Formats: sequence, structure tokens, C-alpha cells
Amino acid sequence: MTDFLNAVVILLNFLVIPGLAYGSQLALGALGVTLIYGILRFSNFAHGETMAFGTMFTILTTWFLQSNGISLGPIPTALLAMPIGILAAILLVLGTDRLVYKFYRKQKSTLVIYLIASLGVMFLYNGLIRFIIGPDDRIFTDGSRFLITAREFKEMTGLDQGLAFKMTQGITIGVTVICVAALFWFLTKTRTGKSMRAYSDNEDLALLSGINPDRVVMIAWILTAVLATIAGTLYGLDKSFKPFTYLQILLPIFAAAIVGGLGSPIGAIAGGFVIAFSEVAVTFAYKRVIGYLVPESWAPEGLVQLLSTDYKFAVSFAILVIVLLVRPTGIFRGQTI
Amino acid sequence: MTINWRNIGMFGLMATLFLIVGLSQSWSLSLAILNLCIISAIMSLGVNIQWGYAGLLNVGVMGFAALGGVAGVLVSTQPVPAAWAAGGSGILMGMLCAAITIAAITWAYFKMSGGTRTLVITLVGIVGYFIARSFFDPAVDAIESTDSAATGNLGGLGLPIMLSWLVGGAFAAGAAWLVGKISLGLRSDYLAIATLGISEIIVAMMKNEDWLTRGVKNVSGLPRPVPYEVDMQKSTYFKEMAANWGFDIVEFSSIIVKLSYACLFTVVLLIVLYLSEKALNSPWGRMMRAIRDNETAAEAMGKDVKGRHLQVFILGSAVVGIAGAMLTTLDGQFTPASYQPLRFTFLIWVMVIVGGSGNNWGAILGGFVVWFFWIEAEPIGLWFMDLITSGMADDSDLRAHLLKSAAHMRLMMMGIILLLVLRFTPKGLIPEK
Repeated sequence: MTDFLNAVVILLNFLVIPGLAYGSQLALGALGVTLIYGILRFSNFAHGETMAFGTMFTILTTWFLQSNGISLGPIPTALLAMPIGILAAILLVLGTDRLVYKFYRKQKSTLVIYLIASLGVMFLYNGLIRFIIGPDDRIFTDGSRFLITAREFKEMTGLDQGLAFKMTQGITIGVTVICVAALFWFLTKTRTGKSMRAYSDNEDLALLSGINPDRVVMIAWILTAVLATIAGTLYGLDKSFKPFTYLQILLPIFAAAIVGGLGSPIGAIAGGFVIAFSEVAVTFAYKRVIGYLVPESWAPEGLVQLLSTDYKFAVSFAILVIVLLVRPTGIFRGQTI
Repeated sequence: MTINWRNIGMFGLMATLFLIVGLSQSWSLSLAILNLCIISAIMSLGVNIQWGYAGLLNVGVMGFAALGGVAGVLVSTQPVPAAWAAGGSGILMGMLCAAITIAAITWAYFKMSGGTRTLVITLVGIVGYFIARSFFDPAVDAIESTDSAATGNLGGLGLPIMLSWLVGGAFAAGAAWLVGKISLGLRSDYLAIATLGISEIIVAMMKNEDWLTRGVKNVSGLPRPVPYEVDMQKSTYFKEMAANWGFDIVEFSSIIVKLSYACLFTVVLLIVLYLSEKALNSPWGRMMRAIRDNETAAEAMGKDVKGRHLQVFILGSAVVGIAGAMLTTLDGQFTPASYQPLRFTFLIWVMVIVGGSGNNWGAILGGFVVWFFWIEAEPIGLWFMDLITSGMADDSDLRAHLLKSAAHMRLMMMGIILLLVLRFTPKGLIPEK
């Protein structure tokens, strides 16, 4: 029995909790992609850089607060600094929309033109970020590191295996639940939220019933900037902030949005967790779990790892391919918010 | 046919820029930029075939270029018999198992249906994966531990490296077929996302599959299609020639080497350009443009839109692959870590958009202009930063930061150029006819 519990604890510690935290980060990121897709109808390639931009301002504010001795005790100071990062990201995306995308909306340009414009925007943001904060790794976590340490858990339960619950993981999951609840309340209960859903569902009908398209687009960008900054900051807290990783995270985020159904918020969340758990599960080494579950003589020699962690992108890609082949519309048929 | 003086003038201006660099900096540098300009021009021709002819968005240029590069290694390096003896059969067996698995899955996909199909495909996939891995893993370990400081991989075929240009094109075409088969016919952004994904995976494989490419240990010293500087410097004939022309022997030999590369690359560029122009002005090219401009109408006329798209996507990727192999040939080494999306994917896009989408001459001019300024932007940016910070104290932190970050300015510059051209002159420098 203890062997079984030990195996469960290993799975919780290295698979379930990291999967939940990573899934939350992807879900928040994919929600931003899906919102822009639902309202403006293009896949925003600059989304990863938007995340990095908001995070960068959060980090700069965190450093400012830290140098003035302000902190939140056990909770990372970055949470206090996040509103400034969000504000910076909102200004950035609204400015971009006004200078870049608005023109193409007036022209009723085709989808690919939007995509190329968003590639240009991505390039621009990327340079801006490297220019301001540089391309290096930045660690900005502070406060206490763990909610439960492995040692405390072992003493509490008397098991051989410890369960470590990192502060950043707890915060990621908590903040995501709050954000998602707030977003759904906004989309389903408020008048503005309903007008956004109507616009996304049928643009012409929404325009006929007097919905102001500029306002809908503006709110979509604001929501995206908020979600992107939160997702980026949580990811940065959990791992570390490096501009290049935000370029790479774009693929799992797109995969999450498409797997769930582009344009569907519930789909984005589901997709985020599907991608995160598959990625963690496929690159996890099961050696120790099996070691606890089977008699000693059967214990495997290798790591029992399906795929090396260097190929985690391949997992999101493989899932993306399967979805495109089997059900191109995604799990929850997308297209509308 | 009227002579287009405007276009000739633009190419003339470009030639003048190379002359200026040659006279003011050095001829060797000027030729080095020229060589990379030619390779960039071929890559941008490839992307132009996809985007300009057919409106397909390939965000994975990096991956196709990297496949070309790997062809350079596999074709030209000498085989390592010890490594083949240690794990060659295991690798082949693993590949055979993988192929059988894929064949079985494909068979099941087409011949079965419903729940049984899903079950069979999943089971076959899992079992096949583990059997293949059981052959692969020990073989890979054996190969990588064989003289890992010098080789640690299977090596190549030991053939002339110029053959790899064709092989690189074929590799890229194969990958393009796979991606195109899956994502063409769906929404156009799915192709973009799928290419983004495949390029990340290709580069990740090159970094990690040490038995094939030595991974991040890099492969250097690839054989050359042109003579080596040291050999030339030894020959008396060459010494006399350098003296006659009034050049330093070391510089002269380096110029000759770069010039020979430039000749080889120009031949490829001209061939690709000739074929592209022929294709563009043929009934096939007109059909492609008709499909690009109105898919529904073209489909109603009985054109196979998906099939044509797949065809043009493969052709364009093959050209990119050829250019990738040429790049490895020029460098004389294969460094997986150097494949960065910003350098390989987005820069090529800027070339195509700036040059003029849909026009082959435009793509070439774009390749030349953008690469030239990409290289020269660093000294210009540094000079500019130096100028605006010259009023500040020498030990000022801001000045130091600005000078250090000048290199990142060019990313921003390229983004701004792309957006400005896309908005104000979407037809580019040389518009489509």
C-alpha cells in the first residue's frame, strides 16, 4: 500500500502539479489568441511577444519595488507589479492596432495580410524587448519558494517520497482560476461581453443591431493584453524570463487554441491542459513510478521515457497534426466566442 | 518589349553599393556579403514561389533551410566505418520497424473505419514505437560512444558536396509534402502554424540527434567545391599572378576563393531564376495566379486547388532547401544552433515583401538589398548610437546600454520596414506585372 502511495506521490509531484501549472499558463495564453481570432479573425503571431512585453514591464516594476524595499512577504512582488505591466501591454497593443491593424480592417484585407502584418509586429516587439531588457535570462521570483516542502510532506505523511508544492505553482493555478471565472462572467453576464459574443458570432447582424465595432475590437485587445501579461508573468515566475522562450511558447499556445477550437474560450482552456499534460506525460521518466508498483526483479533498467524533453515541441505539434487530420474544427467547434 | 530603366537602375545602384564597400572597407568583405546575398536571393525566390505565385504562408523557412544544411553533412563527410559497425544495423532495423508501423497505420486509416480504426491505429502506433525504440536506443548509444570527440556519428557518403544541393532540395521537398498534405485545404493560417511547428522540430532534431549530425558539437571542415587558400598560396603561378595584379597574396587568395563561390552560386541563381520565370509565364503560372486571386472561381473552373497548392509548396520549399545546402557549403560547417527563426524565416519574408511579391526579379533584388543592410546595419546602428549619445558622459550607464543594444536595433528596423512596405507600397520595389 505504501508503495502504491509513494508512486502516486511521485506522479503528483512531477506530473500532475507541473502539468496543472503549465496548463494554466498555456490556457491563459491560448485565451488571448482565441479572443483575437474570434473578434479580428486572424491568428496573432505577435502574441508571444505581447506576453514577453507585459512581463518585461512587470519585471522592471518589480525591480523598482524591490529596490525601495516594498514586498508582499511570502508572495512574489511581481504580483504587485503586474498592473503596471498590464497597463504597458494595453498601451502597446492599442497603439499597434491603431497604427497597423486598423488600416487593414478598413481595407477588408485578406487573412494572410493580417498574418504577415502580425509577423512584422512580432519582429518589432522582439527588437523592442531585446533593446530594453536584453536577451539574457532574468529571474525575478522572491518571497517564499514553497507552499509545502518535500521534507514537511514526508514528516506529515511518513512516506518515502516528498511532495513539493512550489509557491509559483500555487499562485499560477489560483490566479488562472480567478482570471477564467472573471472572463466568463464578463462574456456571459455583462452587456459589453454579450455584444462581443454577438459580434464574434455574426458580424453583420451585430452591426445591424447597433454594436460599435471599434469598441468591441478595443475591448478584445485590452482583454488580450491583460491575459497575455498575466500568462507571461506566471510563466516567467514559474520558469524564468528569457525573451527567446516566449517566441518558442507560441507553438504550444497555437496548438492549444486550435485543439480546443479556435475562437472558443472553453476550448482554449481545455486545449491548454490537453497540450500541457501530454507534453509532461510524454517526456516524463516513469522509471521510479514503475519501480514502486512492480516487484523489484521486474524494475526497468532505462528511464522509461517516451520522448526526451528536448522534443516537447514535437508533442504539441503531433497533437496539432492529429486534430487537423481528424477534427480540424477542434474539440469544441470554434469560430465564435 | 520596352527596357525597364527603373529596374536596371535599382540593380545598378545595388552594384554600386558593393563597389563602395569594396573600395572603402575591403574587397574580401564585399564579396563575402555578395555570396550571402546570392544565397538569400535564392531563398527569397523559393518563398516568392509559395507566397507570390500562390499566396501560401510558410513560416518555417528556417526548417527547410536546415534540412538543406543537413544534406551537406550527409552527402559530403566521410563515412565512419567503426560507427557503422557499432550501430549501423540497429539504426537500419529501427528505421525498417518505423516504416512498417507507418505503412500499417496508413493501411488501417484507409481500409478500416469507426472505432476499430482508432483502436487499431493507436495500438499499432504504440507497439511499433516501442519496437523501433528497442532497436534504435542501443544503436544510438553505440554510435555516439564511438570516438565521440572526433566523430560520434555515422558520417556521410563521402560524395562531392555540390551533390548535396540537389539532395537538400529533395529533403526539403519531402518535408514540404508531409506538411502540405496535412495542412493544405484547411484555413490558410493552419499552414502557417504547421510550418512554424515543423521547423522547430527539425532544428530540435538536428541539435539532439548526435548520431546523425553530431548535434551541438557541430560538423566542421566540410569538403569544398573550390580550392583552398593555403594550396593556392603555395603555387608559384599564383604568386606571380598576385604580384602582377599588385595584391597581397593572402588577400588575393581569399578573394579568388570567394569569387569562385560567387560564380557557382550565380549559376544556380540563374538556373532557378530562368525556371521560375518560365513557370510564371506558362499556362501553369497563369493558373496559379488565378487560384491565388480567387480560389472559388478557379475551383469552379475545374482546377484542383489543393493539388496545385501542394505542388507549388513543394517546389518553393525545395528551392529553399537548395539554398540551405549552399549556405552550409559556403560556411564549410554545420552548426545547428545557428538556425534562428528571426534570421532565417522572418528576414526572408522581409526580402520577399520588400522586393515585390509575385515578381522573381523583385525577390532577387529584395534578397540583395535586405541582406546588404542587415549586415551593414550594425556599423551604421553603432555609428548612429554613438552620434546621439555623444553628448553624454563616457561612463554614463544609459550610453553604455544604448551602445550595447545597438545590435538589437536591426530587428526593430526590419519589423518597421516590413510594416511600412506592407502598408504603403504593398507591391514592393519591383511590382508584379
